[in-house]
Amino acid sequence: MWRGEYRFLLKNLILKDFRVRYRNMSLGVFWSLLNPLIMLGVYTFVFTKIFTTSTPHWGVFILCGMVPFNFFALAWSAGTTSMIDNAGLVKRVPVPREIMPITSVLSNCLHLLIQIALLLLVAMLSGITVNFNWIWLPVVWTLEVIFVCGLALFFAAVNVYVRDTRYVVESATLVLFWLVPIIYDFSMIPPQYRDIYQYNPLAALILAMREILLSARPPSHVLLEKLTAVSLISFGLGWMVFRRLKNRFYDYL
Amino acid sequence: MNVITCENVWKTFHRRSGQKLFRDHLASWFGGGDGESHAFHALKGISFQVANGESVAVIGSNGAGKSTLLSIVTGLTQPDKGSVQIQGRVAALLELGSGFHPDLTGRENIFLNAALLGFSEKQTRGMFDAIVEFSGVKDFIDEPLRTYSSGMGVRLAFSVAVNVDPEVLIVDEVLAVGDQDFQAKCHDRIRDFRRAGKTFLCVSHSKQMLLELCDRAVWLDHGEVVMCGKIANVFEAYEGRAALPK
Repeated sequence: MWRGEYRFLLKNLILKDFRVRYRNMSLGVFWSLLNPLIMLGVYTFVFTKIFTTSTPHWGVFILCGMVPFNFFALAWSAGTTSMIDNAGLVKRVPVPREIMPITSVLSNCLHLLIQIALLLLVAMLSGITVNFNWIWLPVVWTLEVIFVCGLALFFAAVNVYVRDTRYVVESATLVLFWLVPIIYDFSMIPPQYRDIYQYNPLAALILAMREILLSARPPSHVLLEKLTAVSLISFGLGWMVFRRLKNRFYDYL
Repeated sequence: MNVITCENVWKTFHRRSGQKLFRDHLASWFGGGDGESHAFHALKGISFQVANGESVAVIGSNGAGKSTLLSIVTGLTQPDKGSVQIQGRVAALLELGSGFHPDLTGRENIFLNAALLGFSEKQTRGMFDAIVEFSGVKDFIDEPLRTYSSGMGVRLAFSVAVNVDPEVLIVDEVLAVGDQDFQAKCHDRIRDFRRAGKTFLCVSHSKQMLLELCDRAVWLDHGEVVMCGKIANVFEAYEGRAALPK
């Protein structure tokens, strides 16, 4: 039915999100920097004064965990509520519905980009030199965005029918914070659990980033394959479920 | 040639479906069988056709199923039974300013809404000046929409919508906006649209406007077609019936 220009629509919806979010804040996009900086300060205090850690490049280590996790948590929850938040549009304008969850994930990419810039800056300040392996970074980040888009599509569709879904997502994010190697290293995980960790795309992403930035190594093939497979499966599954469920969105919104 | 064909269209809503909580799902999985008792039939076997270049009004009291019918014709939701076929490019204005956001400026809102209606960036730039001109809010175009008076906001929304140039225009109760001058401008625009041989389907409670803009009317009541025919005749019957004591 709708035969418009997807790129133009997507651009305008993303711009709307930015403008609405940042226009009324006096600090604007600096909030995206402030949040990880404060958390970095808190973690540094806890892990150098209370627990003692011997991890080299502590700042880079923790940011490699925090940056992808923050993006994941924000984009997942924004994506989950996207159909409800845009109920007015869904019920009145025949735009393709898939655009809503995807927009909410992509609008969070600005956040991600700012935090990535912070991470790279901290990396360079702590003496890590730019090297050829950094070309892998955009690859793994793209995979994460694809993975989160899949999640957002799936959970946005389910949330229309079962409104409690968003609370499940919120709780899951809290649990995931501890089950993903953010404040601890992959090597501290007992060997029998490591395989499972690698199938968690978020954990895999953090591992890949630490390999690239801290060990100056390209991520292992096995890791990349698992990350790619899970991201594509997530997107495909999310897309299929969304397509199946979208016909009755109107009745349930 | 028929541009819009509705055949035996049924639409049923389940009364609780607006707010489904987990316990309701559990109840329906385990308890079963409370489905039918909550069913509400919004449309019960609607059939009608709109021919190319025709202008048709849908009338009826509140809750008769008019908006549901337009939503189905527009493709926002699917009928439970029956079929709807549309030929040509459709533009639907079911609610003014659906995509408008109070924190965005008039200019930003125009671009956003044009994108939602399915225009390309180039087309939007091309008609931007015309939209602003038509709305008459030129001096405020870079101010946030929340600073507009409600009349100004509505005029802007309508100006974007009225510049749509589809083959079929579907409008739900949004033509009666703005002051008299603005309404006259809108009606002129619709008449131009009709003169260009395009198809028009609308819902309204404004008799005068419908008599002016439409040839035929479909009268809905409780999800059924009561009457279908020349607009003057349908209105006569409709008003005669409304005057009867229940």
